[in-house]
Amino acid sequence: MKYDHILVRYGELALKGKNKKSFIQILKRNVERKLSAFPNIKVKAKRDHMYILLNGEDHEPILENCKDIIGIQSFSLAMKVENEEEKIKAGALKALILEEGQTFKITAKRPNKDFPISSQDMNQILGGHLLRNTNGWSVDVHEPDVEIRVEIRHDATYITSKKIEGQGGLPVGTTGKSLLLMSGGIDSPVAGYLAMNRGVEIEAIHFHSPPFTSDRAKQKVEDLARVLTKYGGDVKVHFVPFTEIQQKIFQEAPENYGMTIMRRLMMRISEMVAKNRDILSLTTGESLGQVASQTMESMHAINEVTNYPIIRPLVAMDKVDIIDISKEIGAYEISIRPYEDCCTIFVPKAPKTRPRREKVNEFERPIDFSEDIEKALSEIETVSFSASENESEEEFEDLL
Amino acid sequence: MIYLDNSATTQPDPEVLKTFQTVSTNFFANPSSIHSAGSEVEKLFNKAREQIATILKVNREEIIFTSGGTESNNLAIKGIAYEHKNRGHHIITTQIEHPAVLQVCKQLEDEGFKVTYLPVDKYGMIDMDELKQAITDETILVTIMHVNNEIGSIQPIEEIAKHLKQYPKIMFHTDHVQGYGKIPLPYHVDGLDLVSISGHKIHGLKGTGCLIKKRHVTLQPLFQGGSQEDAVRPGTENVAGIVSLAKAMRLMHENQSSYSRLNNLHQKLYQKLEKFDWTIINSSKNGAAHIFNFSIPGFKPEVLIHALGEKDIFVSTKSACSSKQNEPSHVLMACGKDLEASAAIRVSMNLDQDEHDIDQFIEALVQIVEQYENIMG
Repeated sequence: MKYDHILVRYGELALKGKNKKSFIQILKRNVERKLSAFPNIKVKAKRDHMYILLNGEDHEPILENCKDIIGIQSFSLAMKVENEEEKIKAGALKALILEEGQTFKITAKRPNKDFPISSQDMNQILGGHLLRNTNGWSVDVHEPDVEIRVEIRHDATYITSKKIEGQGGLPVGTTGKSLLLMSGGIDSPVAGYLAMNRGVEIEAIHFHSPPFTSDRAKQKVEDLARVLTKYGGDVKVHFVPFTEIQQKIFQEAPENYGMTIMRRLMMRISEMVAKNRDILSLTTGESLGQVASQTMESMHAINEVTNYPIIRPLVAMDKVDIIDISKEIGAYEISIRPYEDCCTIFVPKAPKTRPRREKVNEFERPIDFSEDIEKALSEIETVSFSASENESEEEFEDLL
Repeated sequence: MIYLDNSATTQPDPEVLKTFQTVSTNFFANPSSIHSAGSEVEKLFNKAREQIATILKVNREEIIFTSGGTESNNLAIKGIAYEHKNRGHHIITTQIEHPAVLQVCKQLEDEGFKVTYLPVDKYGMIDMDELKQAITDETILVTIMHVNNEIGSIQPIEEIAKHLKQYPKIMFHTDHVQGYGKIPLPYHVDGLDLVSISGHKIHGLKGTGCLIKKRHVTLQPLFQGGSQEDAVRPGTENVAGIVSLAKAMRLMHENQSSYSRLNNLHQKLYQKLEKFDWTIINSSKNGAAHIFNFSIPGFKPEVLIHALGEKDIFVSTKSACSSKQNEPSHVLMACGKDLEASAAIRVSMNLDQDEHDIDQFIEALVQIVEQYENIMG
């Protein structure tokens, strides 16, 4: 007898009333996608929990993968046994033997009231059985090293021990799609990840300015997109050629307003891309007060150009907390690679930290960007990253 | 040719050589260069690192590429000793380590460190209790090899790691050079901090290898220079070597299941040679299957090696790194086999070793012994 299931517990989505059914279906789809490398598994979604049947697949890598799936509150390895006292005893014993520690506790539950033994009695019976058949274990009902849970359901009894915490949140894809403005820095991937945690599916947009920005800056964005695929399945990145626009701003706008005007153009282009793709909002990594472009006045001036909702998950967060999340999700090491991006080139010596709307409009009015915007839009390169088939994995396959 | 000296080095896999050549030809740019040729090489280099991390189930940044086992051992041991000397001055190792560990410990002793050399039993195994008792407040490093290169004894690395986990101040390093691809370790377990791996013992190329260094471990580098490998191991990356190492490690990893075949060959050697009254078998039945060590007391092993060599059969005396000195094997001496220590022969197999090779070896051995018995005896 061994662990043959993973029991998945839903988080917040369990509270979602009418939408619950469709939310569960989306989570099921996400789980199946995430685990597509394990062809033998089967995912069964029920009203109050989900089972992943291992069918002989190694459970370790699957557990690792489950940790990344948004919408899973917690999960445990589970053993399925028939509803017979002796079989349950044997299963519970096996579960304890697989654990490490000195003290344990049995928590039996009996949703199936047809089963003749009450959960209280079951606790006694199993506890006694485990003590008689092991060495060095004792019972501690308050702070056990190991808790063996036994759930006697109608179809079978499920025995689980360690509870592994999941990502929580809402399954990606349950609340719609947003376009993430991704520079390559620390903040934007974290913003994308947090939006995903609210069920948002992400597409990303990146402005690059070769030769002022390098291939590696672009590579960085691709690698960050791959990080996001870990949590949200496929992620498309739209690379917008931005060199000419940036040069034009640099030549024609007053230096201290250049950054504000650049941001406004990014917003305009992003809104157009979103519109073309039926995406209803933009997401940014802006955090109030962090840099010149993220003062209240800057946001006021920049936000003027779009009436699309802008999701700013980091707006009130401390930098240290953002960095912590960045490290947790595996983006930090990529984000700190030292390559220039479009926001770090052409930086004025003294950018306006308190730009005013009237002024920006006044400076912007004489410059005609419409053709440049058209051109940039038509030259967008879109690359799709997927969690299962990593393009670059095959790139050097014959060498590795 | 019957090559039975695979613990000294292995024949490079043709696929590995091909990789080395292709990478050297087409991806020769410096991965730190900012132009696109450099970034292409960097991408390949990152993929190689990623592949190795996946095989070993550790994080990418936990792999430091080195020039092989000796460098990995030096970097791990000196790196910890120098970095953490203010925490304590005591190191624990065993009497049967490879010279790349023993000599490093000797050097550190000269520099004022205290080293405990744990004894082993006749099978070449340490005693866990002795290890536990050797630990003091001053201990900063335990370095214990996984598979012994001369007799194949396998130390309980996981058990040691588990015990040492409770001492956050003590780093645990293992020389895994003879174990990789044959007897895998749970590289990711807590308590196992540093692991040395060599390329040329696994059908890779000389001058390649790596050190697994867990995230929390800080080391003093052996060399100063650029910021490659997080400045722990500066120097322009040997990308062709590293990619070929990734390939060699993958091939070994995929072929690992065939290791069980060697149990039969090991058993065969054991049963056949056990019957002769002129042999003493030094390897234990519970040791690594690819290494078989025996002695013919009174028969100079060099003579036997040369006589077998004439028949195109290649075995070795002790570790290739020590066999040039005309001294008894320190490993067998530590096992209490003083008599056997000057007359040891090591047969070491690769994963695809043919049973026929073993038959021919035994046949030739018997022939030679019979032929020279009177002279040597």
